[in-house]
Amino acid sequence: MSSAVSAVGNTQNQRVTPPPAWKRFVSRNKLGTFGIVVFVGIMLLSFVGPFFLPEKNSTNVAKVYCTPSWDNWLGCDYRGRDIWYQIVNGGKQLIWVSAAAAFFSTFIAITFGALAALLGGWFESLVLVITEVVLTVPNIILLGVLAAFVKLDSPFLLVMILSVTGWPTLLRAVRAQVLSLKEREFVEAARMLDLGLPRILFREVLPNMASYILINFVFGMTGAIYGQVVLYFLGLVSLKGDNWGLMIQEAYRQGAAFSTDGVLYLVAPIVMIVLLMWSLTLVARALEDVFNPRLREA
Amino acid sequence: MELQASAEMIQQSAPDQEEEVRRSPVKVILGSFIFRRALRALLTIYLVSTFIFFLVRLLPGDPVQVFINKQMTQYGYSYDDAANQARSLFAIDVDRPLLLQYTDYLSNLLRGDLGTSMVLPGTSVVSIIQSRIWWTIFSVGTSLIIAFVLGSLIGMLMAYKRGSTFDGIASTIGSILNSIPNYLLALLFIIIFGVRLNWFNYTKMRGSVSSGQPVEFSWAFFTDALYHAILPISVYVVTSIGGWMLLMKSSTISTLEEDHVTAARARGVPEWRVLGFYVGRNAILPLFTQLTIAIGFVVGGSLLVEPIFQYQGIGMRLYESINQRDYPVLQGIFLVITISVVVALFVADLLYSRLDPRIRS
Repeated sequence: MSSAVSAVGNTQNQRVTPPPAWKRFVSRNKLGTFGIVVFVGIMLLSFVGPFFLPEKNSTNVAKVYCTPSWDNWLGCDYRGRDIWYQIVNGGKQLIWVSAAAAFFSTFIAITFGALAALLGGWFESLVLVITEVVLTVPNIILLGVLAAFVKLDSPFLLVMILSVTGWPTLLRAVRAQVLSLKEREFVEAARMLDLGLPRILFREVLPNMASYILINFVFGMTGAIYGQVVLYFLGLVSLKGDNWGLMIQEAYRQGAAFSTDGVLYLVAPIVMIVLLMWSLTLVARALEDVFNPRLREA
Repeated sequence: MELQASAEMIQQSAPDQEEEVRRSPVKVILGSFIFRRALRALLTIYLVSTFIFFLVRLLPGDPVQVFINKQMTQYGYSYDDAANQARSLFAIDVDRPLLLQYTDYLSNLLRGDLGTSMVLPGTSVVSIIQSRIWWTIFSVGTSLIIAFVLGSLIGMLMAYKRGSTFDGIASTIGSILNSIPNYLLALLFIIIFGVRLNWFNYTKMRGSVSSGQPVEFSWAFFTDALYHAILPISVYVVTSIGGWMLLMKSSTISTLEEDHVTAARARGVPEWRVLGFYVGRNAILPLFTQLTIAIGFVVGGSLLVEPIFQYQGIGMRLYESINQRDYPVLQGIFLVITISVVVALFVADLLYSRLDPRIRS
């Protein structure tokens, strides 16, 4: 917790010359800053990068498993297509599908989690039973089994199926948090004042959970990335276009793990996915530090 | 002070106990935590079985109908013959009304009849599951325990020494490990340690035991099983330990700030006692709620980790049946995995209720 120590130093410094907020953040949160830089880098690469790519990444028999060169920075795959091209192009959909799935599941989780805790009674029991069922069934297994029955041929379906499994963890956390907040004096005071449920929820309870929700959103995103790559790996997604998940699946099916030739075809998307998930986690923690003064003053 | 407090608590709790005695024993059992928890577990199992039944029967591409049509068009069976086939495969009689099919299905489940494989005719789903599930329970269970114990210990140390180099390094490593999907790590293990560095013979480590090694209660069998399980186990441990470390660290930090810890320190309670009994015991409680998630996560991971290492567990069998669209097997494995997880969670919750009396009420 070097952040905590330097935070104390900073509050004293502030009286002399207050450094800009971002500098304070960077000095307090080096790993978090690194995460943000990596995340922004991946976003730029995936959303701006494709504009700088050549028109087509055509198959080329002469270039099957070619080694990295000036023309092909990361070499070529088993059909002679450029790997770097696929890396730049393969993040877009993965990222926005995950974000959309995380958004949906966060929405479900907050609404039903908070309502369950505040309303109690049969509503809470019902929500909890459903949550329990979805939570108990291992996510990935449920995803795999569900996807075996549905033909996943549109990104929208993919978002839906990923958010079906994504919310229970969040919902439970939200409910627990609201339950504990419910007992705090300020919410009790609001109840005594008869301020009404929505007001209590949106003005008193949720702002206190802002960091929590945001962090869970980010974790929801990593979960959706995880799930998405699983679906690709299982060969259950029939979507066209480059995708890191698809690259892993193709490379694995081609036996790239066991050969020297195609190893970059397999390792490059793995590295991208791990980097993306790691940077997301770091961003979540940095946000936690920004939003949770308790961590700073500790 | 401690004594006084506990004396007061005894006085307060005394009237409650009297009430307890006056209640009838039936009510005590019905109201007990274990009973309610068991009921919830059974309800979950029931709901999941219902869910999978209607998933199989009601989705657009109803696999039972697809199967019947295929039998009729490809092999020239009459509808009755094809329906008979489907009846034995899915343990469902398609000619009966849906509701009766459903009750049949449930009673078959209760008798342990999950139908037969579509791909391997004549092989019952139950026998397929029986031959596979223990390997997964063994590898997943072992890694869960290792990761939980090691991770929470390291996390506690990180919290006590927060701000130190150790904390910095452990936090970084923990966050990286926490964000590597286990199946990707499994691939990296094979690529880096198996193929490139040649540290282990990944082809020899395939399977759940060496061929020729009988499944028996002996040292030779145990070491052999461990040898084959070591790769999946290490992947599960490495990918889940980071989560436990970070969770335990933040939980410990917030417990360290609690008044009772400050009070204990002020009273001059020895530091090791404070850390072990006042902080550690309280800090580990939130981790138990995460255990429920972790169990599902690791079991879910087996779906891809096992096929990558060719470990003959239930995850690999599920992978195969998803690829072959072998619906009866898929449905059976799904059910059995869910039931195992429900049982595991039930045990975890009982443990938790022993540790934290607050949740028993």
